[in-house]
Amino acid sequence: MYRRILACATAALALSFAVPGASNAQDPIKFGMVAHLSGPLAGGEAVTHLPNVQLWAEEVNAKGGLMVGGERRPIEVVQYDDKTNPAEHIKAVQRLATQDEVDFMIAPYGTGFNIAAAPIYAKHKYPMVAVTAITDEIHELTAKFPNMFFTLGSTTGFVEGATRTLEKLRSDGVIGNKVAMVNVADAFGIELADVAREKFASAGFEIVYDKSYPLGTPDLSPVVKGAKAAAPDAFVAWSYPPDTFALTEQAIIEDLDVKAFYTAVATAFPAYAGKFGGAIEGNLGAGGVNPETSAMKAYRKRHQDVTGKAPDFWASATYYSALQVLQQAIEGADTTDRAAVTEYIKNNAFDTVIGTIEFDAHNNSERYWSVGQWRNGKFVAVADTGMGDSVAPVAKKGWK
Amino acid sequence: MDVLISGLLLGGAYALVAMGLNLQYGVARIMNLANGEVLVLGGLAAFWGFVSFGVSPIVSLLIVGPLAFIGSWVIYAFLLRPLVKRARNRGQLEVDTILATFGMSFFLVGLMVSLQAEYFTYSFLAVPVSVLGTTVAANRLVAALLAAAIGTALYLWLNRSRAGMAVRAVAVSPQSAGLVGINVARISALAFALGGTVTALGGSLISTFVTLDASAGVIFTMKALIIVIMGGVGDIRGSIVAALILGLVETAVATVVDPGLTLVAAYAIFLAVLLFRPQGLFGRRSA
Repeated sequence: MYRRILACATAALALSFAVPGASNAQDPIKFGMVAHLSGPLAGGEAVTHLPNVQLWAEEVNAKGGLMVGGERRPIEVVQYDDKTNPAEHIKAVQRLATQDEVDFMIAPYGTGFNIAAAPIYAKHKYPMVAVTAITDEIHELTAKFPNMFFTLGSTTGFVEGATRTLEKLRSDGVIGNKVAMVNVADAFGIELADVAREKFASAGFEIVYDKSYPLGTPDLSPVVKGAKAAAPDAFVAWSYPPDTFALTEQAIIEDLDVKAFYTAVATAFPAYAGKFGGAIEGNLGAGGVNPETSAMKAYRKRHQDVTGKAPDFWASATYYSALQVLQQAIEGADTTDRAAVTEYIKNNAFDTVIGTIEFDAHNNSERYWSVGQWRNGKFVAVADTGMGDSVAPVAKKGWK
Repeated sequence: MDVLISGLLLGGAYALVAMGLNLQYGVARIMNLANGEVLVLGGLAAFWGFVSFGVSPIVSLLIVGPLAFIGSWVIYAFLLRPLVKRARNRGQLEVDTILATFGMSFFLVGLMVSLQAEYFTYSFLAVPVSVLGTTVAANRLVAALLAAAIGTALYLWLNRSRAGMAVRAVAVSPQSAGLVGINVARISALAFALGGTVTALGGSLISTFVTLDASAGVIFTMKALIIVIMGGVGDIRGSIVAALILGLVETAVATVVDPGLTLVAAYAIFLAVLLFRPQGLFGRRSA
């Protein structure tokens, strides 16, 4: 019972922000979205996905909607909460497809959820422009689900970015060979750590501390103490948001004085800088953007103005770009026919806030930033694949 | 030494989580599944006070405490007392309150999501302090010391004051307590409200060193439940001792063996207690 009430409430919430300019008689184009409004991934969803959907819907509707068949049709976002529960997620997607009969879907947050929902998207022929989905199975998945697209890179791409960053710092004489590596014992952390073990070793790094810790560990001080005792030159954590915050705080407390300090998800969040202020100057992490392009500057300003908060420095802009891809594909194909729109996405290039997005034969966009570094309040990309605009990483100078 | 001190600090945090639930379950007989949400609400209040108004979380305890007390009293009086009245026996009351508070937990999550959907993260006293040669975070130390203070105050109040004695009497037997002239309804409300207060204060303190979010409550409810059952229902000493044991074991395992095995260790000692002392470390054998 409470589930139904919650679903209704969230649907109502979604409608309330979706259609300010929809008072005309045009039939709206409906976009379905299953979001993690509560549960473990809600915090990330609220930073990276929800504000972008709000921003995008407001912008499109301010123009009168999407131009399809010679007329502008407003868009309407129908949204359900899945409580970060895969089974609920699938049910909600099913409901959007069959009951609400939405025209398109907006891809969910998290690798596991994108992969779990892919078969239903495929069954109903929805194009799925996935963003927060990082895996090495891109080729297999897109072979199985030809309507699925990837935009944020692969596991190996991310680890290679981190490896190149460490190699550059080593060749600059900033760090030596010793790396302490920890990971959260969850699919994401385990996969990244497995790839990293191999890549770091083949790059000639010595892993002097290598431990995993369970998701939700309340006290990470033994982990940081252990890493410090191994006297590393660099610290790398394949971490999730709560542990990214906790590991950084413990590193400050233990004064883990390494010249390269890397944490994964949430390092790019504005809240990370908000929490630690100047102490994180020079910290490395997953993601990064080029904050200097005019498209990115304009996007960050609009995001701040419309949603009242800053976007993160990683997937926010890419997620917004994925919405732009969908928008341009619908207008370009000039139809709401999903098969035609999917074909259009495959065969065209899209102009977005992160630059041009174009998909290869495996529906993968090989243009993404992979490592960022905090520099003067901005998380600037220092490694990328296909972007070519990263800056060189520099040494982290203590925590003070 | 590292292990001992870090473990005791973690145990102190666990004690904060468990004492509130113990009062609610042990005395008021309310199996409060929204306990974790109340804790997170306390954390949200501290976060909000710190980020929006620059109020130290320690100062905001003075506001969180009374608010939580009043809020919990109101919840007990309007939502839970009807269940207490109609319950024919303890079993039925437990089932009813589990369902009611389970529903309440969703309401509270929804409320918090609408207030702050992102992580509640801020830095307060995130500075190193040296205790007997071990570096610890000042915020953890403060939380553990306040946990000790709250625990001691509760223990003294329960064992030395008249009201405390009435609370203990209700914990042993609500029927008999009524017969000797104790206002059971009132004492139960008091215990429930006090439990809610301790939980919310714990949340405020924990938010200084753990990143909470609106949905994090259920993890704390589980931990609290484990500690309360390990320590013995209705006994504050039990909760504190069990919390310290859990903290020490988790830290020892993380340091000496592997951080990946902390959960296994926690459940192993929980199992051991259930096997060899099912009433809990300080619990009374049920009649």
